[in-house]
Amino acid sequence: MKAKLSNAQMAWRAAQDIADGAYVNLGIGFPEMVAKFQPPGRQAVFHTENGVLNFGEAPAQGEEDWDLINAGKKAITLKPGAAFFHHADSFGMVRGGHLDVAILGAYEVAETGDLANWSTGPTGIPAVGGAMDLVHGAKRVAVITDHVTRDGKPKLVKRCSLPLTGVACVTRVYTSLAVIDIENRQFVLREKLPQLSFDDVQALTGAALVVEGTFADLVVPEL
Amino acid sequence: MDKTVPDLAAAVTGIEDGMHLMIGGFGGAGAPIELIHALIDQFRATGSPNKLTVINNNAGNGRIGIAAMIDAGMVEKMICSFPRSADPRAFTEKYLVGKIGLELVPQGTLAERIRAGGAGIPAFYTPTGFGTDLALGKPVAEFEGRSYVQERWLKADVALIKAELADTMGNLTYRKAARNFSPLMATAAALTIVQASRIVAPGEIDPEQVVTPGIFVDRIVKVADPRQEEALMRAGVAYV
Repeated sequence: MKAKLSNAQMAWRAAQDIADGAYVNLGIGFPEMVAKFQPPGRQAVFHTENGVLNFGEAPAQGEEDWDLINAGKKAITLKPGAAFFHHADSFGMVRGGHLDVAILGAYEVAETGDLANWSTGPTGIPAVGGAMDLVHGAKRVAVITDHVTRDGKPKLVKRCSLPLTGVACVTRVYTSLAVIDIENRQFVLREKLPQLSFDDVQALTGAALVVEGTFADLVVPEL
Repeated sequence: MDKTVPDLAAAVTGIEDGMHLMIGGFGGAGAPIELIHALIDQFRATGSPNKLTVINNNAGNGRIGIAAMIDAGMVEKMICSFPRSADPRAFTEKYLVGKIGLELVPQGTLAERIRAGGAGIPAFYTPTGFGTDLALGKPVAEFEGRSYVQERWLKADVALIKAELADTMGNLTYRKAARNFSPLMATAAALTIVQASRIVAPGEIDPEQVVTPGIFVDRIVKVADPRQEEALMRAGVAYV
């Protein structure tokens, strides 16, 4: 499959759906990139689990203050209007429905909205962090992910085979090929790369893609 | 009332084999490195405290702090949300051969269990973990059409806390994101031991600024220029 979005392009697309003033949590790793692509004139307030609201970009190398980090343990900076708080308040913001959006990575997403993103099975060291909390409470839980695994297997599936992070929690998926909503336990295609046919995308998806009315071209800038 | 103690050795006395220890910090931010290393010194000198259960978000990084406790062989079990780090060797090696236990807890559930422990609430319901392996065996109930998992309080014998500023009555403030779990842990332990960069007289911290009220604090030791775990890690320091 040649036509696909880069990580930066997926992050750009996800950023277009974040409203000005929204409170947002980005999962550690690649979802953090979404913060770089806020449309001009919009400013979201980013939340990190370890107790900071309204943090900004990484400081210059050598300027790090290691008491000022995000959930991925990376050094951050503060924007005007930032706040510190302890972990129980932080997760109160999460579970209490105060965040507008959480954007997370995924190993698998099921058509039911189930998400698997914390464990690849019984071997190795299990680690969950805040993922299981984040999938409950944010008004909108979105996933940003390659459409298929490195081996070319679908990541959008009928039922997750890996240990679940949460049940029926994801409502939108931004993939390297498409934008897909989860409604009534179905994948609903909203946008796809214009280079691909519907059948191309369906062939790389592990459950039925539904079309409601029509779908749009997924068009993103070169990044 | 003066809760200060003269030195680190005095600060960590009375911690016994088999105790549950809450240790503040998230990664390197807020890790009370000097208190931890004083406890390791005591273990090396006397063989005690041993067989500890340590409660922290992580399970150590590199060869300092909690990782050095694990390396020293004084930790029987970790209760944490994320036992991975840049250099998780200490925990990983022992875990893979069954020499250290692990209770994995979602991060927000860990925080709330500690808060509940400090607040006298034996159990609560949370949506977190419903339908997952981490909720297996736990009671489930439905509220307003949604399913929730019952979780229980978490308490400890001792909490080790790093604060920025303390007064001699134990009122505390923290530095930036080094706050994280520490205000919760201070409430949930029978004995809360604090290292602070500065200690001032009562009245010198504006009551409006107090984050942890002194009622939750038992001992305070001054560590004027505390080391930072992440900075030590990056400098390749090992506490052996």
